[in-house]
Amino acid sequence: MTVNKQNEDSGRAALPRRQADQQVSPTGLMEKIDASLRVPLLALFGGAAFWLVVSSVLAMIASIKFHAPDFLAGCPVLTYGRVQPAADNALLYGFCIPAGLGVALWLFAQLGQTPLRGAIVPVVAAKLWHLGVLVGLAGVLSGNSTGFAWLEFPRAGSVILFFAYLLLALWAMMNFAARRERALYPSHWFLVAALFWFPWIYSTANLFLVAWPVRGVVQAIIGWWFAGNLLFVWLTLVGIGTAFYFLPKFSGRPLQSHYLALYAFWTLILFGTWCGIPPGAPVPAWLPVLSSFAAVLTVVPVLAVAAIAWQTSRRSDAPSLESGVTSSLRLEKSAHRADTTTNCEPKGGPYCFIRFGLLSFVLSSLMLIAMACPRISQVTEFTWFGPAQTQLQLYGFFAMMMFGAIYHLLPRVVGFELPFPKLARLHFWISVPGVVLLVLPLAIGGMEQGMKLNNPNIAFMDATKAMLPFLRTSTIGLLLILLGNSLFALNIFAMTFKWELALVKKAVALVKTPLETASASASLQRDQGEVKA
Amino acid sequence: MKNGFWIFLAVFVALGGSWCGFVLAPELQLGGAKQTAILNSSDVYPVGRPGEANQGLSVYRANGCAACHTEQVRQTGVACSVTLTDAGKNPEAVTNLILSLTLTNLTKEEADVASGKITAAGGKAEIHTVATGPDIARGWGMRQSVAEDFLHDNPVQLGGLRAGPDLSNIGARADANWQLLHLYAPQSVVKGSTMPPFRYLFEVRKIGREPSSNALKLPPEFAPPAGYEVLPKPEAVELAAYLSSLRANVPLFSAPISP
Repeated sequence: MTVNKQNEDSGRAALPRRQADQQVSPTGLMEKIDASLRVPLLALFGGAAFWLVVSSVLAMIASIKFHAPDFLAGCPVLTYGRVQPAADNALLYGFCIPAGLGVALWLFAQLGQTPLRGAIVPVVAAKLWHLGVLVGLAGVLSGNSTGFAWLEFPRAGSVILFFAYLLLALWAMMNFAARRERALYPSHWFLVAALFWFPWIYSTANLFLVAWPVRGVVQAIIGWWFAGNLLFVWLTLVGIGTAFYFLPKFSGRPLQSHYLALYAFWTLILFGTWCGIPPGAPVPAWLPVLSSFAAVLTVVPVLAVAAIAWQTSRRSDAPSLESGVTSSLRLEKSAHRADTTTNCEPKGGPYCFIRFGLLSFVLSSLMLIAMACPRISQVTEFTWFGPAQTQLQLYGFFAMMMFGAIYHLLPRVVGFELPFPKLARLHFWISVPGVVLLVLPLAIGGMEQGMKLNNPNIAFMDATKAMLPFLRTSTIGLLLILLGNSLFALNIFAMTFKWELALVKKAVALVKTPLETASASASLQRDQGEVKA
Repeated sequence: MKNGFWIFLAVFVALGGSWCGFVLAPELQLGGAKQTAILNSSDVYPVGRPGEANQGLSVYRANGCAACHTEQVRQTGVACSVTLTDAGKNPEAVTNLILSLTLTNLTKEEADVASGKITAAGGKAEIHTVATGPDIARGWGMRQSVAEDFLHDNPVQLGGLRAGPDLSNIGARADANWQLLHLYAPQSVVKGSTMPPFRYLFEVRKIGREPSSNALKLPPEFAPPAGYEVLPKPEAVELAAYLSSLRANVPLFSAPISP
C-alpha cells in the first residue's frame, strides 16, 4: 500500500512542474482521494467487467453462425441480427463508456488533488447506467431494437443511460471545478470535452431518430454523424486523455509536448467530428465530400498523437525537452525509474496495455481515414474491413487502454494488490494475439471480398464463400478475447469480493469490540473481587 | 487553455459546427422532401408501401436484417448506347453505317455524334442512358440508390455490410413465395447460402383434414416429417411482403437512366 502511494506520488514527477510540486502533498490527502473514489469506481468497473464478458459471449455466438448457419437458429433471441448488435452495444455501452467515466473520475481527482464529494451519487448513477444497459440489451435481444447502428437500445434504455451519464458527468465536473491544483493538464482538455460531447450527440440522435424521427435519408445522415462522433471522437478523447496521463508516468519523461497535445486536441475535435458519412452514400453529394475531406485532415491529430507517444515513451537518458525542470524533479525522476520497471518489467503490466492501445489507435484511425477516401472506399465499403476497423478501435485501442488504467489504479483505490496479478499479465498476452487474430483476418479478407465484389464476373456466392475461412479464423481471436476478458472480470470480481469481505470483517469487529471490552472488564472485576475475597 | 470554460467553448465551436453541418443542414435541405416526378412519366415516386409491407419493415428491423444486407446500390458511372428505331428510306446505307459505328458503352458526346450520323443518313436513332458499375452488372439494380428512394421508410435501413446480397431491388428479382421458402430454409433455394434460417417465423403443425393452401412447398430434404406442414406466421408474411415491395429502379432527375 505505501509502496503504491510512493509510486503514485513519484509518478507525478513526470507531470508538469506545478503538478509535480504537489509531491509535498501529505499522503493523508492521497488516501482521502482514494477512499472517496473506492465505491463509485468499484460500481462502475464491476458492471463494466460483467458486460465485457457478456459482450464476448454474444460475439462468440454470432461468430459461430459462420461455421454453422443452423446454430441456435430456432431461437429468435439469438438470431445473428440481434446477437451481433447486442454484442457491439454491450462492448460500447456496457464496458467502454462506464470504464472511461470511471477512469475520468479518478484522473480528475488525481490531477486536481481533490477528493470526490458526495460519492453516493456516482454510485447510484453507476448502478443506474448498468441497469440502462440491461434494459437496452434485453430490448435488442427481444426484437425492440431501434434499427440504427450503435443506437440500437430502445427508448427506455436510452433514457436511463442518458440521465445516468448526466449524473456521472456532473459529479466529475464538480470535482473538476473544486480542484485544488488549478493548472490544467492536457488530459483535462480531452476528458472535459468528452464529458460534454456525449450528452450532446446522444440526445440529438435519440430525439431525431427515435423520439421524433426525421424523414428519409436524414435519419441515415444523423446516424452516421452520431456513430462517428461516438466511436471516433468520444473514444479518442477519453482514450488519448488517459494515455497522456499514463505515458509520462510510466516512461518517466514529461509529455512531449503540451503544445503538440493542444494542437492534437484542437485538430481532433475540429476535423474528427465531421467524419463518418461514407463516400457514395445515397445523400446529397456535398455531405460525403465534406466528410471525406475532414477525414483526410484527421491524419493531422492522429500523427500528432503518434509523435507525442513516440517522443514520450522513447527510452532515453537525454535531458528532457521540457524547460524549467528543477533539480529536485530530476531526483524524483531517478526514483521514478524504479517505478517504471515495476510497472513494465513484468511484461504485460499496465504500461504494455497503454502502449498497445496507442499502437491500435494509430492503426485503426488510419484505417478509418483510408475508408473515407473514395478510391479505397470503392473496395472496402460494405466489406468486413469495416467491422475489422471498428473492433480494432473499440477493443484494440479503447478497451486495452482502459485495462491498463484500471489495473494500475484499482489496487491504489481499493487499498490492496490485485488478487491475481499473474492473470492480469496473462490477460495482456492473451488479448494481443486475440486482437490480431480477430482484426487481421477480417481486414485482409475484407479487402479480398471487396475486390471480388467489384468484379461482376465473380458470383456473389463465391465472394461470400471466400470470406468464410477468414471469418472462421477470427472466431479463434474472439475466443482468446473471451478468455482474456474473463481473466479481467475475475480480478475485478475477486477484488470487489475481497473488499466486501474486509468490510464485513471490519463491521463484525466493530460490533464485537464493545462486547469484548465489557466482558473483559467484567472478568477483571470478578478477578478483583476474588482477590479481595 | 486555462480553465473549464475555454474547453467548453472549444467543444461548442467544434461540435456545434458539425451539428449545424450534418444535422441541421441536411434536415433543412431534405426534411421537407416530397415525392418526385418519374422521368418521362406523369407518375410520382415513391408511393408508400402497402400496410403489410410496412409492418414487414418492422420485422426486418427487429431481426436485424441490416446487419448483413444493404439497401443501397452504387454506380460508378453512366454509359450511353444508340439504338436505331427507324431505318428510313435508305435502309442499306443506314445498315452499313451502323455496322461501322460503335453503338454501346459511349459517352454522351460520342452518342450524340453517332446519332447525328444516323440521322444524317436518313434513319432515326434513340439514345439510352444506362448506369454502370459492379452492382449494376450483378443485377442488383438499374441505377444507384438516391435519397428519394427512402422517403417513406422509418427506420431507414441502409445497412453497411454485404455478408449477404444487396436488397434494394430484391422485389424485382424474387416473389413473396420464394422469400418465404428462403426465410424458412435458405439452402433450399440458394445452394450454399450462409444465411441462418428463420424457422421461428414459421409454424410446423399437423395437417388437418386437408393441407393448407398457404403451406410451404419445400423440397423433400427440407420438408417436415410426413403428416406435417410448414405455415408462415404473420411476421413471415409481412417480411416477405416488405421484401417484395423493395424496388428502386425508376428513372429520376437525380439518377437519370433511360433503359
